[in-house]
Amino acid sequence: MSEQTLSDRVAFKPDWPARIGWLLALLYALYAADYLDVSWSRFVAGLSNGADFLGEMVPVDFSRWRLLVGNLVETVEIAIIASAFGIFFSLPVGLLAARNLMPPWVTWPFRTFIALCRSFHPVIFAILFVKAVGFGPLAGILTLIFASIGFIGKLFAEAIEEISLKPLEALRAAGAPFSSVIIYAVLPQVLNRFIGFSSYQLDANLRNSTMVGIVGAGGIGGTLFAAFQRFDYDFLAAILISIIALVMVSEFLSVQVKKVFQ
Amino acid sequence: MSSHSAASLGASPQRSLRIENLRKEYVRGKPILKDISFEVKGHSSVAIIGPSGTGKSTLIRCVNKLIPPTSGTVFVSGENITELQGKKLRKARRKIGMVFQEFNLVERLSVMENVLCGRLGYVSPVRAWFRKYPQEDIDRAFELLESIGLLEFYRQRADSLSGGQRQRVGIARAVMQEPHVLLADEPTSSLDPKTSVEIMDLLVSLSEVHGIPLIINIHNVELAKRFTSRVIGLSGGIIVYDGHPDQLSDSDLLEIYGGEAWLK
Amino acid sequence: MNEIKPQRWNRFTFGERMLRFGVFLGFALALSVSLRTVEVIPEFLYDAPTQVVDLLTRMYPLDLAYYPKGIHAAMMETLHIASLGTLLAIVMAIPVGIMAANNIVHLPIFNWFAKLILVSSRSVNSLVWALLFVAVFGPGALAGTVCIGFRSVGFVGKLFAEALEEADPGPIEALTAAGASWPSIFLKGFWPQVAPAFWGIFLFRWDINVRESAVIGLVGAGGIGMVLDTALNLFFWDRVSVILLSIFVVVILAELLVTSIRKRII
Repeated sequence: MSEQTLSDRVAFKPDWPARIGWLLALLYALYAADYLDVSWSRFVAGLSNGADFLGEMVPVDFSRWRLLVGNLVETVEIAIIASAFGIFFSLPVGLLAARNLMPPWVTWPFRTFIALCRSFHPVIFAILFVKAVGFGPLAGILTLIFASIGFIGKLFAEAIEEISLKPLEALRAAGAPFSSVIIYAVLPQVLNRFIGFSSYQLDANLRNSTMVGIVGAGGIGGTLFAAFQRFDYDFLAAILISIIALVMVSEFLSVQVKKVFQ
Repeated sequence: MSSHSAASLGASPQRSLRIENLRKEYVRGKPILKDISFEVKGHSSVAIIGPSGTGKSTLIRCVNKLIPPTSGTVFVSGENITELQGKKLRKARRKIGMVFQEFNLVERLSVMENVLCGRLGYVSPVRAWFRKYPQEDIDRAFELLESIGLLEFYRQRADSLSGGQRQRVGIARAVMQEPHVLLADEPTSSLDPKTSVEIMDLLVSLSEVHGIPLIINIHNVELAKRFTSRVIGLSGGIIVYDGHPDQLSDSDLLEIYGGEAWLK
Repeated sequence: MNEIKPQRWNRFTFGERMLRFGVFLGFALALSVSLRTVEVIPEFLYDAPTQVVDLLTRMYPLDLAYYPKGIHAAMMETLHIASLGTLLAIVMAIPVGIMAANNIVHLPIFNWFAKLILVSSRSVNSLVWALLFVAVFGPGALAGTVCIGFRSVGFVGKLFAEALEEADPGPIEALTAAGASWPSIFLKGFWPQVAPAFWGIFLFRWDINVRESAVIGLVGAGGIGMVLDTALNLFFWDRVSVILLSIFVVVILAELLVTSIRKRII
């Protein structure tokens, strides 16, 4: 037994990394708030504005429901079409970006392409496509196709890179052509995850398609922005509620689809 | 408040557990426990045996009202536990220490922190979060850990210990509460035979040294016979045997467990 | 021995196969309906490639000299909006997440209400949140920070609530049996189990928020988006390309940072 008496021992080792972490976070928050001129007083001042704002949103105005529903339908259509093409193109793009299937001179450009698609918020694509193809849902569809490829492509490529290569070796040794190797050795291992990513992206596309209209790429976003600029806050509230309801339905459906494909 | 001395007989009021007419039905008309009454006092230990699903777990959880009984009363050292709610119930639960089959330690916390969790009923959440436990609690925790042979592990994470060591920590946690009753729900079922014997030994000796009545749910009848001086057999929701384990006959066991094959 | 009828083994039951087929069919139907009714002007589609090429030529060569005076400060502002906004979201997400976890708060009405808050936060797009807060607080970083905060609460809160609901109930039972009060049970029973997941969620969301913060300025909520908006409105395409490049670089750097931190923690 050591010389040290029991009461000399310290019961707990101070968790320095955690303490420093909390302290740094607090200091940073104060610094950033100062840098951004985010102060409590400004926040509170804004709250009274907010209260006025909320006051004008009530009672909610659903009278222009035809316009609302028409644009919601367009929003859903943009999401569906973009998802279909996006999923369709993500399959080959993901395969070509997988480093265990393809040589570097192939994977490099495709991985860069995927990175470009992912790094920019869809609204940036939307702005560029509006400049390229004009206002309307086409810009929105193209935007979300690229956004889908960015998301699904990356995850799909990662999933492929995690598969066991043994079935591939077996098929290649048996002399199977490349396409057969893909279909029979690669896809069975990753198809379920691909469907999972796709259904997630369908849901994400629906959320994003509600927004691309703000820059003119079609869908309910345009109606929302217009209502906003005209100070039609009660109609704006109706639009917001519809968007939330739409997204909730979509999320629910997405969960159900995942269950079917588990 | 000396709970360490072995001279707990006579000097301080005797700790006891009394269960009267306990009944529990999850579904109306189908009671799991029909009419349970027994009493345990002082430094005695009782083993409750019976097949799985007879309500052993339910019974032991009715004592500290983790499962509220349908009717009946539980008295801990004379205090009626069953009628308590909310804050009073929490205070009363401090007097009831519990040891679990799966140890139920907080895996990512150290052994010392887990043992001190037994004092959570006595310290405020703020002190608990900043680990400012009273020094006497910390001293007692160290003494306890030394007495069970785990002193050198006090700073290690609980999930780095073996099963037997973890159960010892669980027992230390329960004893830290300065309980009037010790409940053990299948404390050895997740352990190998050698460790099971060590744990049973530890539980029973703690009960004797500190004068705390001990109730153990156990399905290993041999262990029950070896370590306890009283066995209660549960079958069909009622007590069918209550006496010394040496007097347990084969017909008693048959009545409790049913099925001849396992007896041979 | 009983006679065992030979049965076919299928990976999925008939019902399951029908459901899977049904999903595909449903999607295909939706797609064909959409393609027919959406209003796309074919001429614009055929014209697109030339337009894109035209755009790209205007963007090149990049006006790199613009970076120091025009972009850097705004980029820093964007990063601070993302970070402060995420911190704000965490502060809000902890109580809401606790309220949504059905193994901590046992009143379904509270669970439901908390989940409603979380869903609404996630359903409304960050640009829409930005518009709302610009209307309330005026243009600038305050609107942006609050926007990011409110937008992220849903994400962080949902994952936090899920982590809480998946926590091992054993230690919780033990602490309850020892007579611990509810706050103590949370701090000593739940929190140690979910803390590592929590920091992972924080990092994940910060990464996404860097991307979002870069664009909310397009509607006036501060950061590089406002610079981008000005350049777009004035058709300074060579500046637009530099701005986009900066955003790209920052997003990639943020992602590398998060990945390396995660590797060290996990």
